Amino acid sequence: MAADPSPKLRKADAERGAKTSRSPWSEQAESYFTHHRKVARDSAVRMWRTPVASLMTWTVMGVALALPVALLLLLASLQGVSAGWESSARVTAYMKMSSSLEQTQALASEIDGDGRVAELELIDRDRALAEFRASSGLDDALDYLEENPLPHTLLVTPEESARSADGVAALVTFIEGMEGVERVQVDLGWLQRLNAMTDLLARAVWALAILLAAAVVLVIGNTVRLSIESRRDEILVAKLVGGTDSFVRRPFLYTGAWFGLGGGAVALILLQLSLWWLSGPVERLAGLYRSDFSLNGLSLDGGFALIIAAMLLGWLGAWVAVKRHLDDIEPGEIAGG
Amino acid sequence: MIEFRQVTKRYDSDHTALRQVNFHLARGELAFLTGHSGAGKSTLLKLLMVMERPSAGEVVVGGQILNSLPRRQIPYIRRHIGVVFQNHQLLFDRTVFNNVAMPLEVMGATPRDVGRRVRAALDKVGLLSKEKMNPLQLSGGEQQRVGIARAVVNKPPLLLADEPTGNLDPKLSADIMNLFAQFSQVGVTVLIASHDLALINEMNRRTLTLDHGNLVAGGNPLQGGAGGR
Repeated sequence: MAADPSPKLRKADAERGAKTSRSPWSEQAESYFTHHRKVARDSAVRMWRTPVASLMTWTVMGVALALPVALLLLLASLQGVSAGWESSARVTAYMKMSSSLEQTQALASEIDGDGRVAELELIDRDRALAEFRASSGLDDALDYLEENPLPHTLLVTPEESARSADGVAALVTFIEGMEGVERVQVDLGWLQRLNAMTDLLARAVWALAILLAAAVVLVIGNTVRLSIESRRDEILVAKLVGGTDSFVRRPFLYTGAWFGLGGGAVALILLQLSLWWLSGPVERLAGLYRSDFSLNGLSLDGGFALIIAAMLLGWLGAWVAVKRHLDDIEPGEIAGG
Repeated sequence: MIEFRQVTKRYDSDHTALRQVNFHLARGELAFLTGHSGAGKSTLLKLLMVMERPSAGEVVVGGQILNSLPRRQIPYIRRHIGVVFQNHQLLFDRTVFNNVAMPLEVMGATPRDVGRRVRAALDKVGLLSKEKMNPLQLSGGEQQRVGIARAVVNKPPLLLADEPTGNLDPKLSADIMNLFAQFSQVGVTVLIASHDLALINEMNRRTLTLDHGNLVAGGNPLQGGAGGR
């Protein structure tokens, strides 16, 4: 008895299956993608139907995304500056006045043999004086000196790999330890301070970015929650006729992704506008400092990544809302009487 | 097709909606479910739709015991059950065609298939010419027929109706009942909850009567687990 009705249900299934199973896999895949396209389009159309509300959501999202991205861009530009100076960092070693040219040459070849040294230039005291004479304008004053006051000098350019603040510091210690070296000079202090500052700033910006991303997820979540409420009847009917959870969820997830797309686009526009607005003053300021500093906008890849990230955030927000609210809508109160 | 074995549904300690209900319906059988308001008709239908789970006993649909059905399996059971509601639950933001197409859409039918089957269902209920209209533009009887078309569009082996003629005049009610009779003739099991006794008597079909949660007439209690048919 218990098993009796089952073949009948299965038979009905099989009959129905036979009619539609000309090429089940390709047909199923086709209808699956057709459905996705349809849902994606419907969600977009729905958004378009309430342009003001949608635009407001996009703008909120755009501002929340543009702010951390702008700060990250600024940070990248600053780091570019410090990297530029780091690469030109040279270590200057002044020899003791007592060191002879031969001793200095021997030392130079020893230092040059070190793996961290890319290039080494020896400036002997006569050439140093000549250069000083040419560049300083103290020609007459120098004539009064009885002897050359300048020592032999070694200009050491570190290897690419040793150009970090720590690497250069290690190189300095190494050279300072050499026989006949009076003093080693490298102006790294301010570079280290700048690095420390950009590191701190980077952390702050990332913290801000995470907070704002969370805000975006919540904003989208709330918007999608309202959309779920307004489509309650549809959800009930879909569940009644056998819609799976993922079927019911799909339109809302697309809605979230579309909100993300719009928000990402607004963020890009805001970024480009502020870049354009700031570029003049920044150039002037950089010019005053004789720096090649410039604010870089988002690259094409970066813009693309921003849009994708925004869509993912929107999708995530929708998913949170759907998870919280869709399960609550269960047919049950529907069959009255 | 449907079998209730000693089914009890208790909502809380002092409200028992169904008490040890036993019956079964064969394939192609059409039966009425009647009883006073609050007798347990809706509860019985909800158990079949897995909107509720029984407190005791077993509900079997198409050989599948519904008691222990995992939540994510529920949609697949519902695809085998067409439901017609008193307030027909149509969506007014889409056309008649798209309302009827919903059960096919959730199953992932191809657009070509959807078109063919929706038109067949609308033809069956005599509304083929109104497929592009909004359900709001239709009369009550027509709306109910759209609801029926939606319930049968994927050819479910089981059709449930909850007061399908509640708001209709006798002539329209008779039309709707004839539709149900036609479905049962092609092998669909039909269970209609109704308290329209005049209509039920006229149809002269098996009638399950509930009274305060007890099945008092029309049941076929199991006799040693092998109830006759």
